[in-house]
Amino acid sequence: MRAWHFTEMPYPYYPPDEPSTRINLPNKHFDPKIGAELYNRYFDEHMIADELGLDLMLNEHHQTPSCIDTCAPLSAAILARQTRKARICLLGNPIGHRNDPIRVAEEMAMIDCISRGRLECGFVRGVPYEVYAANTNPTQTGERLWDGVDLVIKAWAATDAPFNYEGRFWHRRSINVWPRPYQTPHPQIWITGSSDKETTKRVAERGWVFANFLLPHERVKVLFDTYRANFIEHGLPGGGGLAYMPLVYTADSASDADKGAEELRWYLTAPRTEPHFRNPPGYMPVAANVASIRQAEKGGAAIARNASLDQLREQGLLVAGTPDAVVRQIKRFYDRVGGFDHLLMMDQAGFMSHERTVRSMTLFAREVYPQIKDLPRTTPLKVASAAAR
Amino acid sequence: MSSNTGLVTIGDAEIEVERRGAGKPLLLLAGEEMLEREAPFVDDLAAGFEVIMPAPPGFGASSRPDWITSPDDIAYIYLSLLDMLNLDEVAVIGCSLGGWIAAELATKDDGRLSRVVLVDPYGIKLGGAADRDITDIWQLSPQKVAALKWRDPEKAKRDTATMTDAQLGMAARNLESFARFCWEPYMHNPKLKHRLGRIGVPTLLVWGDKDGIVTPDYGRGYRALIPGATLTVIPEAGHYPHLERPDAFLTAVGDFLQAPRRGIAAQGDKR
Repeated sequence: MRAWHFTEMPYPYYPPDEPSTRINLPNKHFDPKIGAELYNRYFDEHMIADELGLDLMLNEHHQTPSCIDTCAPLSAAILARQTRKARICLLGNPIGHRNDPIRVAEEMAMIDCISRGRLECGFVRGVPYEVYAANTNPTQTGERLWDGVDLVIKAWAATDAPFNYEGRFWHRRSINVWPRPYQTPHPQIWITGSSDKETTKRVAERGWVFANFLLPHERVKVLFDTYRANFIEHGLPGGGGLAYMPLVYTADSASDADKGAEELRWYLTAPRTEPHFRNPPGYMPVAANVASIRQAEKGGAAIARNASLDQLREQGLLVAGTPDAVVRQIKRFYDRVGGFDHLLMMDQAGFMSHERTVRSMTLFAREVYPQIKDLPRTTPLKVASAAAR
Repeated sequence: MSSNTGLVTIGDAEIEVERRGAGKPLLLLAGEEMLEREAPFVDDLAAGFEVIMPAPPGFGASSRPDWITSPDDIAYIYLSLLDMLNLDEVAVIGCSLGGWIAAELATKDDGRLSRVVLVDPYGIKLGGAADRDITDIWQLSPQKVAALKWRDPEKAKRDTATMTDAQLGMAARNLESFARFCWEPYMHNPKLKHRLGRIGVPTLLVWGDKDGIVTPDYGRGYRALIPGATLTVIPEAGHYPHLERPDAFLTAVGDFLQAPRRGIAAQGDKR
């Protein structure tokens, strides 16, 4: 089990009564002087995590104060130079929203070289509201993701001769990526998914890491089992793996654990996305839209923002407690989902201070990590037993 | 009223086509919500014409090949449909998205057409890069869009509980296809305004005076680009004047479709 430090790099200092904090919150609410302090603080925390022996994860979002890391490759480049040991997982490149996948191939190869092979290269479709910032056709986000990843890998693999590409979404002449990645043939690829089994299968078939974030353990198990079943079906010898992200706070006392958990819960409760930004046309399949209308007729589903800390802990979205309690919660989740390989820890959110973030990370690294590090890697499932589920 | 609906194969697309009534052919191109299929005014038209109502690729029961990415592509599908049915002297009425497709079609080849009626069509951009010619419906709640679209927004309300999963699914797919074809450039083809001068048959624009998506001023700009076109503004109607004021709409369209063909022809038919 590897553990990864992660923060979305929030800018929480905007008026709390704003009705919408994604896409259309005016940026007059961003004070560059506060932003400068936050950026430097968040990079300091990544460097401390590196010294503590944790790995590092980055992501990006746009037009929102909940994540001011708008350009994860820039952050990864900084960390490639400023850290020494940690692996740097960029999860991920919203390749379908980038108009030039070859530029992404160059950026990733350069980061991999600067870090001397410490890059883990993730690709994501992007959450629904991202189509507004990128102006990507919402009905093509999945297609653009897969075409984009395939083009990046093809570009990295073309070490003998340049090639021309005339595909559905991009046309490029004489593709010839300098530098090529430090790792051969390329860094480990990661892909995220939250519901679609077909995506999960494709990720498994290619031996890539499959990751998901902040989902209840029942749903995680279905997706992880789908991955494991397909992994063995294609006879893959190794590589790949499974990753899960909860909120994680490690505390000196039980009472402080709840305080820290409340601070992290900011991520689930503070951001506000207007309904039409949550469901652009064509982002969800037709059947899912019908199901969600039927759900709404029944009064809607309980969502994470209304859940108590105990409910969040029970579902696995939250891991918070003294070191031994954190170990127990992680092992319980591990057993419930059939094992996994990467614990992606959102261990900073909202207003959680630098001091409290570092204390939690330090306790985790010293007292929790040694107890979970040797949990066995997830192993492929027998296809027949998985299919029976 | 006699009516039959079936799938027509055009290239690699399967297109759902309804034919209703008898008489000279009238190609009715529905709007993005396909509300026209259930609207009573169509029966009034079918009393004097054979109304031919195709569902665009990705709408209704029509398939959606990947290569079709814009109303421009759909216009070619409909030109093939007219060839296949070997129809001549066809009157075309296009509403909203259907109006845009009708305009695209008429700029490419109006040889089989007799007249064109465009009802609150999208399709062109008249202002500058930062001007909003067409309200960005994707950045508004469905309630706000309804208020801009209808003089009486109550008419936009649907009781989903009374709809089948198949009906809900078709509505969701229609919306998805609308976004697929019209997301960017948003609701217009930058080339269309330079092509509208090619339309050589009499053209009528009909506009709801309360349309908050594309305003009557936009309609006047549209009219100015089509040689000899006229514009009728229907009071107390929004984006769908044919649905909100069917009597006024039928009067305007009836007069236009029956009037002797002059004016445009006198200026010189391009064909």
